[in-house]
Amino acid sequence: MTDSYRRTETHINLNERLVFEEGSPGRRGFDLPASDVPQQNLQDLVGSDLLRDGIAGMPELSELDVIRHFTRLSTWNYHIDLGIYPLGSCTMKYNPKINEQVARLPGFTASHPYMPDTMVQGSLEIQKTLEECLLEITGMKALTLQPAAGAHGELTGLLMIRAYHEAHGRPRKRILIPDSAHGTNPASVTISGYQCQNVPSSRSGSVDLEALRKLVDSDVAGIMITNPNTLGIFEADIAEISDVIHSVGALVYMDGANLNAMMGVTRPGDFGIDVLHMNLHKTFTTPHGGGGPGSGPVAVGAALEPYLPYPMIGRREDGSCYLDYQRPDSIGKVKAYFGQFGMHVRALCYILANGPEGLREVTDIAVLNANYIRERLKDAYHLPYDGPTLHEVVFSDRIQLRNGVGVGDIGKRLMDYGFHPPTVSFPLIVHGAIMIEPTETESRQELDAFVDAMRAIAQEAEDDPELVKKAPHTTRIGRINETAAARKPVLRWTPALGEDKV
Amino acid sequence: MRYIPNSPTDRAAMLAVIGVATIEDLFRGIPDDLRLKGPLNLPSAMSEPELLEYFAAAASNNLTDRLSFLGAGIYSHYVPLIIDALISRSEFFTAYTPYQAEIAQGTLQAIFEFQTYMAQLTGMDIANASLYDGSTALAEGILMAHRITRRSRFLLARSVHPEYRAVVETYTRRLGLEIESVDFLENGRIDMEKLESGLTEETAGVIVQSPNFLGTIEALDAVSVLAHSKGALSIVNIAEAMSLGLLRPPGDAPSEEGRADIVVGEAQSLGVPMSFGGPHVGFVATRQRFLRQIPGRLVGMGHDGDGKRGFVLTLATREQHIRREKATSNICTNQSLCALMTTIYLSTVGPKGLRDIATQNIEKTAYAADRIESDTKHSVRFPGPRFNEFVIKLDGGSADVFDRLSQQDIVAGLPLGRFFPELDDSLLVSITEVHKKSDIDRLIEGLA
Repeated sequence: MTDSYRRTETHINLNERLVFEEGSPGRRGFDLPASDVPQQNLQDLVGSDLLRDGIAGMPELSELDVIRHFTRLSTWNYHIDLGIYPLGSCTMKYNPKINEQVARLPGFTASHPYMPDTMVQGSLEIQKTLEECLLEITGMKALTLQPAAGAHGELTGLLMIRAYHEAHGRPRKRILIPDSAHGTNPASVTISGYQCQNVPSSRSGSVDLEALRKLVDSDVAGIMITNPNTLGIFEADIAEISDVIHSVGALVYMDGANLNAMMGVTRPGDFGIDVLHMNLHKTFTTPHGGGGPGSGPVAVGAALEPYLPYPMIGRREDGSCYLDYQRPDSIGKVKAYFGQFGMHVRALCYILANGPEGLREVTDIAVLNANYIRERLKDAYHLPYDGPTLHEVVFSDRIQLRNGVGVGDIGKRLMDYGFHPPTVSFPLIVHGAIMIEPTETESRQELDAFVDAMRAIAQEAEDDPELVKKAPHTTRIGRINETAAARKPVLRWTPALGEDKV
Repeated sequence: MRYIPNSPTDRAAMLAVIGVATIEDLFRGIPDDLRLKGPLNLPSAMSEPELLEYFAAAASNNLTDRLSFLGAGIYSHYVPLIIDALISRSEFFTAYTPYQAEIAQGTLQAIFEFQTYMAQLTGMDIANASLYDGSTALAEGILMAHRITRRSRFLLARSVHPEYRAVVETYTRRLGLEIESVDFLENGRIDMEKLESGLTEETAGVIVQSPNFLGTIEALDAVSVLAHSKGALSIVNIAEAMSLGLLRPPGDAPSEEGRADIVVGEAQSLGVPMSFGGPHVGFVATRQRFLRQIPGRLVGMGHDGDGKRGFVLTLATREQHIRREKATSNICTNQSLCALMTTIYLSTVGPKGLRDIATQNIEKTAYAADRIESDTKHSVRFPGPRFNEFVIKLDGGSADVFDRLSQQDIVAGLPLGRFFPELDDSLLVSITEVHKKSDIDRLIEGLA
C-alpha cells in the first residue's frame, strides 16, 4: 500500500534514537553558577563508602541535542491540538492555553506546602474556591482535593465507606459493582479490603433493579455506580437504586468519570449519592500529559464528611483560609501535602472561564455531538443498546466481524485517516465495543470528517478486509508484537541494546 | 462559550439530522424529578483578561519572594528553562495515555528513557513509568513487598517522612498489615539494635529513608544485610532524588546482601517545580525478578512486523483494566508529564552536572551547619553525614525564632514539633544550590 512512495530508511526525524545512544563525552547542556562557599573534601564530609563512583550509561548532551531529541519524539505523538480523540469515558477535550499560563505563575510554582498558612493564602484561596465550585456542580456537602487521580479518589471514597461502617459497628464485606464498570472500580475495592460482587445489567443497559434487590443484605457495604454509565445511559432508576442500598444501611459511591454529561442538568447530591470522585483531567480540562498527572477530588454527603482525609481547608469570616488538621475521625492522609495543586489551578480557571451558563452549554453540546455521531453511524455499525444516550455512544464490531474485521482493526485503520481510535473493547458487556465520546469542543466539520472515515472503514471491511486488518499503513511504526514484548520484557536501555537500533 | 465551536446554525443542522427539535429532547433519559430547576450558583463567566487578573492577584498572595530554607520532602532546585519549553509542546502535554502505540511513540520512548534513568540512578535493575508521588510510591512498595513475601509485618523507620508514614498507615491499616515504628538514635540514624530485635521470620520488609527526614544519610547496606538475614525485603525510600547524583545508591553495595530490593521515592528535585506540593513524580525501582509484582505502568521495547524497534505499554496483565479486582494495584495513571520533566532534566544536566549540583548541595549545607555551630548560640542536632538538610536545635524555642526570622522575610525552615514532639525546639533546614553564600549568611545573622 505504501510501497510506491516509501520514506528513506534513514529519515533523521523518524529515526531518532534513544537518548542513551546520543551525545558524546564532555558535552554539557547546563552551566551551574560557581560555588561561593569554601570547597571541602567530600570524603571528609560524607565518607568515601557513601559516595558513588559515577552513573553508568548516563548520556552527555548539549542543550540543542536535548531540544532536538525531545522535539523529534514529540512529533510521533497524536494530541488534542492536532485532532479529535473520540475516546469514550476518557473525555479528551481541548485544554485551554490560559490554564497553562496561570498554573505557571511563579507565585504558585514556587509555593512550598510547609509555608505557614498566612504566607500561602493565594494557593489556599484557589483550592477553597475550586472546592466550593465543585460542590455546587455536584450538589454534595464537603470535598477533598487530596487524591492524585480518579482511581486514587476511588480508594479514598471506599476507605471512607469502610471507616463509616467501622464506626457503625463493623466494616461489612462486599461492594456491589455493575458489570459495565471501569476496571479501576474492582481494583480499588480489593485494595480497600473489600470483596467485589457483580451486578448484572438489564437488557436496556442499565442496572437491573430486581437483580440488585436480591443481592443486597447487611454484608453489603456499598455500591459503586457510574452515572451516566459507560454506555452513555443515565441510570433512570438511580433514586430507587440509592433507596435499595440505603435500606440495608449501605452507601452509594458514584464514579464521576462522566460528569461532563450532567453539569447544570442534574446533580449527584440530589439523587442520593453519598460519595463521588471527579476526574479534573476529563471534565475540567486539565491536560492528560501522555498519561498523567491526573487529579481526583472526592465529594461526600453528610454521612461521610467526618471521614475525609486531613487537612481540610477552612474559611474564616474575613475570607482568609486555613488548614484544619482537627479531624479526629479522618481516614488519614492518602497523599503527602494537598493534592495535585497545579491541576487545581487549571480546573478552577476552566470553571471560571465558563461560568454557570457555560458549563451547562458544555454538557448540552457534548450530548448533542455524541447523538449526532450516533445518528450518522448507526446504519454502518451495530448499536447494541438503542435507548437514549447522553455524552457517549457505544457501537460494536458485529457487522464488520462477519469479514473478520475486529474492533482493534477498525481503530488501527482510523489512524490512516488521521484520527485517534475510540475506546475499544470496553465496556466489557458489549462484545467488540467501540465507545465514542466526541466532547463539546469538536466542530460539526470535525465530527463529519470522523464519521466519514468510520463509514469508509465500514465499507473497506466489506470490500477489502485485509487492508483494515493490517492497518495502520501510514504511521511511523506498524503494530508492535505485544505478546513478544511481554514474553521477554525489555524495560530499560543497556549498552547491550546498542546493536538493536531503530 | 469560546471553547465550543458549534454555532446556533451548526446546532440547528445537527438537531435536524438527529431528528429532534431541541437539545433538551436529548436529555429525556433523565427523570424530571432529578433535574436541576435553576442555573448553578457559580461566579459569572470571565474573559481571558479577567482570568489573568484574577489568578495573578491570587498568586501574589503567596509570599514566595521570601528567602526560604524549607525542604522536608519538597526541594527548591534550579529548573533549566528548556524543560518548560519542551513540555509545553501540545504533542506532549495534550496527548492521551499511550495505549495506541503507533501514534504515541514520543510519549512511550520518553517513558522508556525515564525508566532507564531511574534504574541507573537507584542502581536497580528496572523501574516503572512513575507513580503519583513519593508518599504513595512508598505505600505501593510496601504492598508489593507483602505480595512478594506473603508476610504481613513491616518495620518502618520513624525517620521516614512523617507524611509518607501517614499515607502508609491509611493504605495498610485495613488490609491487616502490621507496621511497627523503629526510632532513631542520637546520631540521627535508625536504631540498629531495635531493628534487629524487631526483625523476625514474619517480617516482610524493613523501610528506611536516606537521607532521612532529619537529614542524616543512613548506612543502607547494613540495614539491607540485616533485613535479608531473616528473609525480609529491604525497602529504601528516597525523598531527595538529587542525592543520587553523588551518594552511593541503594542498589549498589559491597555485597549482594547489602543491596536494596525495592527503591521508592520522589523525583521532584529533578526538574519539577514545588507547586504547593504537586504534581510531582513518584517512582519504584526493583530487582528484575520482582518484575511482575511492580505496581503501575511499564513501557517495554518491542518490534513491529518489519522488525522496526518501538515501545509499547507492557505486562498490562498486572493492571486494573485487564485484571480488575486481581490487579497488582488500582492505579490507572502515571505522572507522565512530570516524568518527562525529570527525563529532560537529567538529559540536560548530564552525569557531571548532576554530580556538581549535588556537590554544591553538600558543600553549602556543610558551610551553613558549620557557621550555626560556630557563629550562633544554637547547635546542629545530629552529627551527619548529611546531604542538603539538617536540624538546628534552637536556643530559645522554635516559635520565637521562626517568627523573628519571618519578620526579616526569611522562612527559616520547618519547625519539627508538629511531627516529632521531642524536637519541638528544633527546625529542619534545607540548603541547596539555589542558595548563595549571602543567603546563608543572612540566615546565620538572623539566628545569631
